[in-house]
Amino acid sequence: MANKLITIALLGNPNSGKTSLFNQLTGLNQKVGNFPGVTVDKKIGSTILPNGQRAHVLDLPGTYSLYAKSSDEQVVTDILIDPTNKNYPDILVVIVDASNLKRNLLLLSQAVDLGIPTILTLNMVDLAERMGRGVLKDKLAEYYNIPIVSINARQGEGITELKAVLSKSINLNAKPFLDVSELVGPVINREINNSQIPYLKLHQLIAASIISDEEAQKIQTKDTTLRYSKINRIVKEAGLRTEKKGGKVYTDKIDSILTHRIWGYLIFIAILFIIFQAIFSLVSWPMDLIDNYVSAFSMWLGKVMPAGVLTNLLKDGIVPGVGGVLIFIPQIAILFAFIALLEESGYMSRVVFLMDKIMRKVGLNGKSVVPLISGVACAIPAIMATRNIENVKERLITIFVTPLISCSARLPVYTILIALVIPDDTVLGVFNIQGLVLLGLYLIGFVAALATAWLLKMVVKTRESSFLIMELPTYKRPRWKNVGLIILEKIRTFTFHAGKIIVAISIVLWVLASYGPSKEMNMAEEVVKASFVNNSPTQVEYENKLAAYKLEHSYAAVLGKAIEPLIKPIGFDWKIGIALVTSFAAREVFVGTMATLYSIQSGADDEATIKTKMKQEINPETGQPVFTLPVGLSLMVFYAFAMQCMSTLAIVYRETKSWKWPLMQTLYMSGMAHIMSYLVFSLFN
Amino acid sequence: MSKSRTVANLNPGEKGEICCFKDDKLALKLLDMGCLPGTEVQMKFAAPLGDPLCISVEGYRLSLRKAEASTISLVE
Repeated sequence: MANKLITIALLGNPNSGKTSLFNQLTGLNQKVGNFPGVTVDKKIGSTILPNGQRAHVLDLPGTYSLYAKSSDEQVVTDILIDPTNKNYPDILVVIVDASNLKRNLLLLSQAVDLGIPTILTLNMVDLAERMGRGVLKDKLAEYYNIPIVSINARQGEGITELKAVLSKSINLNAKPFLDVSELVGPVINREINNSQIPYLKLHQLIAASIISDEEAQKIQTKDTTLRYSKINRIVKEAGLRTEKKGGKVYTDKIDSILTHRIWGYLIFIAILFIIFQAIFSLVSWPMDLIDNYVSAFSMWLGKVMPAGVLTNLLKDGIVPGVGGVLIFIPQIAILFAFIALLEESGYMSRVVFLMDKIMRKVGLNGKSVVPLISGVACAIPAIMATRNIENVKERLITIFVTPLISCSARLPVYTILIALVIPDDTVLGVFNIQGLVLLGLYLIGFVAALATAWLLKMVVKTRESSFLIMELPTYKRPRWKNVGLIILEKIRTFTFHAGKIIVAISIVLWVLASYGPSKEMNMAEEVVKASFVNNSPTQVEYENKLAAYKLEHSYAAVLGKAIEPLIKPIGFDWKIGIALVTSFAAREVFVGTMATLYSIQSGADDEATIKTKMKQEINPETGQPVFTLPVGLSLMVFYAFAMQCMSTLAIVYRETKSWKWPLMQTLYMSGMAHIMSYLVFSLFN
Repeated sequence: MSKSRTVANLNPGEKGEICCFKDDKLALKLLDMGCLPGTEVQMKFAAPLGDPLCISVEGYRLSLRKAEASTISLVE
């Protein structure tokens, strides 16, 4: 027996200490994936039992009942009622929070009737000690007929005992907690009584829609009511009073401040401000570090490797592509450190409580606030953060609108264009026009996000009804181990799942920008040399001119010319078209492409130089400068709306499990960008 | 007191006993969460904009929207 890998599943209410128990059992031996077909986190770890048995530990999503009300809860029921499911556990460990006894015992009572060997772990914190755990344990043992282990999941007490019980063989519960034959009519009764495990059969009949929805609802209501009345009896016999003090007293005190009509919002805004500041300021140092190392490494490769296609692919395609993945890690780490703290402490539920009414108006959820604000720094971690939103529709809408919020990668584009076309004057004595335009761009993004959410609210259909019946857990001190594990898990998910797509697209873009139709590319050196007839250029001048020529004749340029008819009405020429193509990798690439196109010395690609060069650029058709006020404004608005970020697309694909959403986002955002740019361009032209 | 008094009508601090539910679908979710007929609930506080509400049931804090609270009728 010791060689066969067994599966242990953890089942429990949200906030029952299940995650802490999972972390205690598996430590760093855990990985997170998705359950097939849905974006519900599937956490699997491994552990070795005292008898040498190796076991998979599956952390099932938190649920209050086996009668699922959300996709998270559905996953649990689907697994537990289907013995052929590959995640069907050999042993079920149900964690019961002793301070919320009755509600936790409901789920336990349903679980034991499914015919899976079950162990009850009674999670007790100090306050539960006072309720006389001996009496309680005896009573529970009497009614549930299963092994019981007391633990303190946060402190890690009782884990050794639990593992010891896990390594013994567990007897099945001989008599079910509830006789389900009283719940159903005679026809179904005959069917379930013929099967060995009636309650399991009942669930399977409901899942297979053999029992009508209406009938099922009646059965479920009766089942839950009968189970609760039996639980009430147990709790009464154990001499326990339900109303307990302890943790709840200070929770009430904290709530009177944190959900206060004035202080509540002020504190929430302050917390958002801190998160926003931290993402912006704390990450610039590690991001620069990664950036510098990656470019140094790619230059070093260029020196030590023999010149050729392979070297170019490596140093200009793959290495910067991988760098483009690594660069997001600091932002992801910091955002998730905060989110984990908010979740762990119990504050996140209060955020929902405070924001629900406002966000509901536009089809969003209280939990959408954190992703939306994080989107100002970067859409990648922001979209990953939407996993906390249980309602599928609200989550999809949040994912869809988050990239409309102006992120930090748009800032370099805005800055250079504002410096180029907006005068550095003040209006009304105090307001700097450049600053006002920048503020306006951020506002446009925010308004567009909310308006889009409101539109989607009408369009997206869902079978899940929106309700907010949610536990407000007691405040707890966060466990640093849990926070650390969340950060690690998010970085791992991003690097290995979205990372693959990002690297692949970078390589495609590299090919587009460095290769072109061979006829013109072959003549590159001669043409560029010929252009210097009257004066002999320095090596640097020559190389810059060559790079510009090559980019102007690359496939990216072919694309730029191909889309010129499309972008001409909004004021862009094919050279800007090239920048649109290349900056699809990331918006800030726009600046670098402009530098190459106007053959600016590498190393001196500071804003001032690029600005001067761009100012001098003349449109050959009109003889006027290319970057006029209408063109500049149109370009800014375009970048505010357009989905110019392959990393966002990669993460949306990862989070929605389909290309439908990233494609729709690209079409919608680029369409919006065109329309808005056209309006702005026509207005100012 | 009118007979259609619901949890949504409770004032902060006021207690009531659950009688029955007006919405069958929501009832199931509320039952799962421990809101059974005969159970005592106490209104704790409302969110600053008046919605959702926070009630105390079976010794823990439950938040729910006003519309949802108004489907829980109280014993007179």
